[in-house]
Amino acid sequence: MDITTQQTTAPPTAPGPAAPADKRAARGATRPGDRIFLGLSRGSGIFVLVLMAAIAAFLTYRASIAIGKNEANFFTSFEWNPSGVPPEFGIAVLVFGTVVSSVIAMVIAVPVSVGIALFITHYAPRRLGGLIGYVVDLLAAVPSIVYGLWGVLVLVPHMGGLYSWLDEYLGWTGVFAWEGGPARSLLTVGILLALMILPIITNVSREVFRQVPRMHEEAALALGATRWEVIRMSVLPFGRSGVISASMLGLGRALGETMAVAMVLSPSFDIGASLLDPGGGTFAQNIASKFNEATVMGQDALIASGMVLFVITLLVNGAARLIIARRKEYSGANA
Amino acid sequence: MSHATLLPKPSSLRGATLPKWFSSAVAAGSVALGLGISSAAGLHSDIQWGLIAAVLFVVLSYGISAKVEGSRQAKDRTATSLVWVAFLLAVVPLASLIWETVERGVKVLDVYFLTHSMGVVADTEPGGGIYHAILGTLEQVGLAALISVPVGVLTAIYLVEYGRGRLAKAVTFFVDVMTGIPSIVAGLFILSLWVLILKMGPSGFAGSMALSILMIPIVVRSTEEMLKLVPNELREASLALGVPKWRTILKVVLPTSVGGITTGVMLAVARITGETAPVLLLVWVTNYINTNPFKDPQASLPMYIYLQYMNSAGSGAAYDRAWAAALTLIAFIMILNLVAQGIARWKAPKTGR
Repeated sequence: MDITTQQTTAPPTAPGPAAPADKRAARGATRPGDRIFLGLSRGSGIFVLVLMAAIAAFLTYRASIAIGKNEANFFTSFEWNPSGVPPEFGIAVLVFGTVVSSVIAMVIAVPVSVGIALFITHYAPRRLGGLIGYVVDLLAAVPSIVYGLWGVLVLVPHMGGLYSWLDEYLGWTGVFAWEGGPARSLLTVGILLALMILPIITNVSREVFRQVPRMHEEAALALGATRWEVIRMSVLPFGRSGVISASMLGLGRALGETMAVAMVLSPSFDIGASLLDPGGGTFAQNIASKFNEATVMGQDALIASGMVLFVITLLVNGAARLIIARRKEYSGANA
Repeated sequence: MSHATLLPKPSSLRGATLPKWFSSAVAAGSVALGLGISSAAGLHSDIQWGLIAAVLFVVLSYGISAKVEGSRQAKDRTATSLVWVAFLLAVVPLASLIWETVERGVKVLDVYFLTHSMGVVADTEPGGGIYHAILGTLEQVGLAALISVPVGVLTAIYLVEYGRGRLAKAVTFFVDVMTGIPSIVAGLFILSLWVLILKMGPSGFAGSMALSILMIPIVVRSTEEMLKLVPNELREASLALGVPKWRTILKVVLPTSVGGITTGVMLAVARITGETAPVLLLVWVTNYINTNPFKDPQASLPMYIYLQYMNSAGSGAAYDRAWAAALTLIAFIMILNLVAQGIARWKAPKTGR
């Protein structure tokens, strides 16, 4: 049962139980050609729904097999030994690592991206802005494996200065203590993730800032506002929902990023207080690094952790959509 | 450089303003000061004097501007400097990414590298190439496109031309949701279905199925946007002549938007070409040429980079190959992007009103 056969067999037999609205739309569909074409296109739509349901169903099914055999608490255990006797594994470390690295990435990337987007739309000379916008577009297309290669061979050796500085002045907090090992830690991962999501957030924010009604800006200028006041009073309020949705897109990518993290992070299955020392792990990284030596049980355990990642990304995307939807109504009332 | 000389005589209508060269003067001053301070303190990192100069610039321009022009102008200047700092902060690593890839990649990138596989080359030895990986990538991505383009375009046609009511809303929503699926989760889904339940081995086709899950929503979104751009008058004219709806779509709507749809498909292909995670789970990797995407592990460019890095044991030859493969991959994606934009531009006047 593969994708292509599903797609070609399902549609012709399925004009389906059409909703009344659909019937109205397809009233002209008396000719056989029309009926087949409607069936094909509606079938594709239904196929997308079936596919989503299948993803959820099969992941849940395999995950339930693994969790059923698990002797440790799935949510709180610090073990990852699904092939052992008895099998024990938990996602506490992965939740911690994923959240911490994504938060670092967001804290760095969102302000910087908004800055670049403002730079392109409001500060840079027009031609330079266009050029930078184009370069950012291209950077968004650079695959994550290349970011990973660059991260581990170029970024990691260059982090020493920042790390020793953080250790010297902020080491007393414990969070920034550093034992002097290679910089393959959650902080470096966070910085690399920030670089990776920067082009996406910048792109979307730039588009939103471009759509700010010219009148709003000119009105502010006419009242004697400085450029910064124009941005604060007319550009940022207008673009807020766009920036939030852009950030959510970036967060989604940071949460699910696999290869770059797997290459840069030197993983371990414990939670350390320090962000600078190697260790920790993220959902996607753990799946990629543990897959090679995993037995069937091990693969099921990885699928269980992937299921959690799936649910988290769904929640993030859903939240983004809710924020945008609410914002739309609000600004619609204003416009 | 005292304040008295900078201060023009304030008029009654306009507040005092600093001359245009003020920013560059402060910048030069703070760079000089930064260099002076860091050499006096015995710091020898480029980053350190740069940071000192940047901080000095922001503080000095705020202070002087607040005194002469008032705090609102001073805030404006600070905001400007911060925006510039954000820009420079991001440019340095991203430029380094491109620069390092090109510089280290061109070392071994030649015709031999593109036309030979790794079959007889040990991982730590120089030599070998990416022929098998290019072949695998093209086959896997091609198959993924073959699956997702019909599904994606037909779904978009359904949403734009037929879709009303609950089904269309559900499809729109779930296409949105699908856009956010991490690539590794798509890989795990095919793994659970294809490998664990149907007991099939790794193959290029298994990877293509996972890649098409990532590609379908992109194709649907871009095709939908393009179909919405087709003017309704065209559809109405065709229907008024008695042409059936399906022929109207095939002969009028699709040809009008074919440029945009092609662009969208190419951008989607560019997006999935670099995906590594699903390929890692489903296709694995090999050093030999495997032309059959339906059987046995296949190499691909992203996995080739990963393998060279993992098996290098610190050998320079393997790293060189990894960089060269990375450069090839980026070049391929950039060319796809450029061609896609070219098509969009070339077709644009015809699709316009």
